[in-house]
Formats: sequence, structure tokens, C-alpha cells
Amino acid sequence: MTAPTAAGCAAPDQAAPLPASLDLEKETVITGQVTAESGEVVPGAYVRLLDSTGEFTAEVVTSAAGQFRFFAAPGDWTLRALSRFGNGDTTVTAGRGVNEVAVTVALA
Amino acid sequence: MSRDTALVSAEWAEKNLDAPGVVFVEVDEDTSAYDTGHLAGAIKLDWKTDLQDPVRRDFVNKDQFEALLSERGIGNDDTVVLYGGNNNWFAAYAYWYFKLYGHRDVKLLDGGRKKWELDARPLVKDPVTRPATRYVAQEPDTSIRAFRDEVVAAIGTKNLVDVRSPDEYAGRLLAPAHLPQEQAQRAGHIPTALSVPWSKAANEDGTFKSDDELRKIYADAGLDDNKETIAYCRIGERSSHTWFVLQELLGHRNVKNYDGSWTEYGSLVGVPVALGDEPGEA
Repeated sequence: MTAPTAAGCAAPDQAAPLPASLDLEKETVITGQVTAESGEVVPGAYVRLLDSTGEFTAEVVTSAAGQFRFFAAPGDWTLRALSRFGNGDTTVTAGRGVNEVAVTVALA
Repeated sequence: MSRDTALVSAEWAEKNLDAPGVVFVEVDEDTSAYDTGHLAGAIKLDWKTDLQDPVRRDFVNKDQFEALLSERGIGNDDTVVLYGGNNNWFAAYAYWYFKLYGHRDVKLLDGGRKKWELDARPLVKDPVTRPATRYVAQEPDTSIRAFRDEVVAAIGTKNLVDVRSPDEYAGRLLAPAHLPQEQAQRAGHIPTALSVPWSKAANEDGTFKSDDELRKIYADAGLDDNKETIAYCRIGERSSHTWFVLQELLGHRNVKNYDGSWTEYGSLVGVPVALGDEPGEA
């Protein structure tokens, strides 16, 4: 797997370390882990980043350790996770740098 | 074209995995998804290494496309069913690409990998090889592909549809938010382009919304059915998704995909750019 690249649009490996070239004074990174109600991590979950109006902005698939990562902008965001174990939402007010967020999924 | 001819459901696909004359093709930018499990019998195409010229920024030419499909074992008479990750962005791009080179029977799997995985349908890791064919492509159909000069000329005259996220349209982001944002080109959108994010056309499981819902989305956005339409995004894959909706599901005519998209337009010298949430003036 390669480091995140803007050459294409595919979601890069969510477990890869942040590339050294990344300027965290400019980037707003929203990252975290998806877990089930039992506390187990959920790999292969689809995590959707929705903007402050609820509009879809991006989507990634969680790593083997249930991790996800977005490069957004400062502001209010919703993270919505879909998985075969159920779905879940979390909101975050992100600032520049790394913003850690946890999302729990449960069957409705 | 219509939903009945252009789209297949996951149920249909699961029942037809072994059907003769049907070839399932997974299309991703990063084919590691395919390697972790794919539909039984499906082959893979790499959006970048298989479908882009390695030197120039352009498609592979007709000879290269013929060699690729022949080597992968796709025949001219096969029904090609495309699917992939990223809500079928790259599969929709490949659909448009197969149409460009005149493949007769090509379909998209509604919901792509995501719907398939959320349904917990089976994925396998077995390597797949198909006997080689002698594929013959048509000359590229440029009635569905827009180039930059045509896009500049379309400002204020044709429908321009920007299908990126609202933050990319307004110039607050330069790339989808799963990617780093540092880019060379300018931020913003083509003046007079309507903002209709591709995602409005899809349900959260990746399937397309109903024809009635889709018609309402573009009507509410102000798309004029009497005009030609050019869709664009950042590199042309999300706009393939919208091209598919407008031309293949809703049956609009004269819809083009501008695959140069923002990475080309936003780097051009001297062209107008609009910032903010409004389309702007011609």
C-alpha cells in the first residue's frame, strides 16, 4: 500500500502512518476508530464524512484495526459509519491538526 | 438507455455469477480491494495502470484498449458487468470508457462493492483467468467526452454540472476529504456551473436513487433539459457517476463527461473561476 496521494481519488490505506510531507499546521485531519457496542473494533466499515448541512463529503473503509482518516477543513462535521453490524453517528467540531473521534455502531 | 438496460441488482448478480457470456469486472484505483476478496469469477481492471496512458495525460488508445480486453478475456459479445469501491465511481468511469470505445452490452452493479459487503454476500480470493480473446474496439465516441475548449465555451450557454462536494465547489477544499489538500491548481468552480454533488444521486448504501427522485434532484437544481450538459469533478470519475445517471438512467441526450475536470480547468491560465456557493456570472 502507498501513502495517501491526491493523484487519484481512491481512499488510501487507513492504517498507514501520516506521510512526513503532510503539513499539520495546514491540514485538518479527522481520525479515529469504529467499534461495536461490545467494544470490538469493526474493520471494513464504511465511514462517511458529512458536512454541517448533512451533505456527503467523503467516505473511507476502515482498516483491520477499525481505523479511518479524513483530510477536511476546520468546522462542524458528522461521521456516519455503516457496517454489517449496524450503523452509528458522531459529530465533531474539528480544528487544524489531528482530531480524534470514536464512532460506535449498533443494530437498530 | 434506462435503468432496466444499464443497471443490475446485487440479487441478479449473485444469481448470474456463472452465467455464460457475462463477465464481472471490478474496477478500482487501488486493486488491493480486489485482492482481499472479489465476486466469484470477476476479473479486475486498474483505473490508473490499465486505463490511463502511462506518459501523456489521456486514455489508452484504441489499440491499447483492444490489447487490454483481449488479454483479460473480454469478448465483443460479452455482457460486461462493472462494479467497484468508492460508490462505483471508478466502475462508472469504466462504464463510460467502455461506451466510449463502443462496447455493446455493459452494465453497472447497483451499489457496487459497498452494497455487496453490507449485504454480507460472498467474496472469494481465488485467482481468475479467462481465455484470451481478439477484441475489436470502435473509434472513440467523442459525443460523450468533453475537452477544455468546449467547456470554456459552455460557460453561460450549456448546462455545466459540478458534481464535487459543496466545499470543493465553493473553493474551501481542493480534493475529496479523504485525501491531503495541498494542490497546485486554484480552488473554486467553473462560472455558471450548477452544484449537484454526485452523492445526491446515491443512497448511503451506494445504490442509485429512484428515477423519480433523480429527476427531481436535477430539476430542483435548475438543469435545463433543452440544453446540452457537461459534467465535471476533479479527475472525471465522480462525474462519470453523474453522466451515468443523466444519460443512462434518465435518458438525457447530449451529456458529456469532462474528464480533464478541475485538475485541468483549475490549472488553466486566464480562464474565469468562481468562488463561493453561488454559480456566478458568465
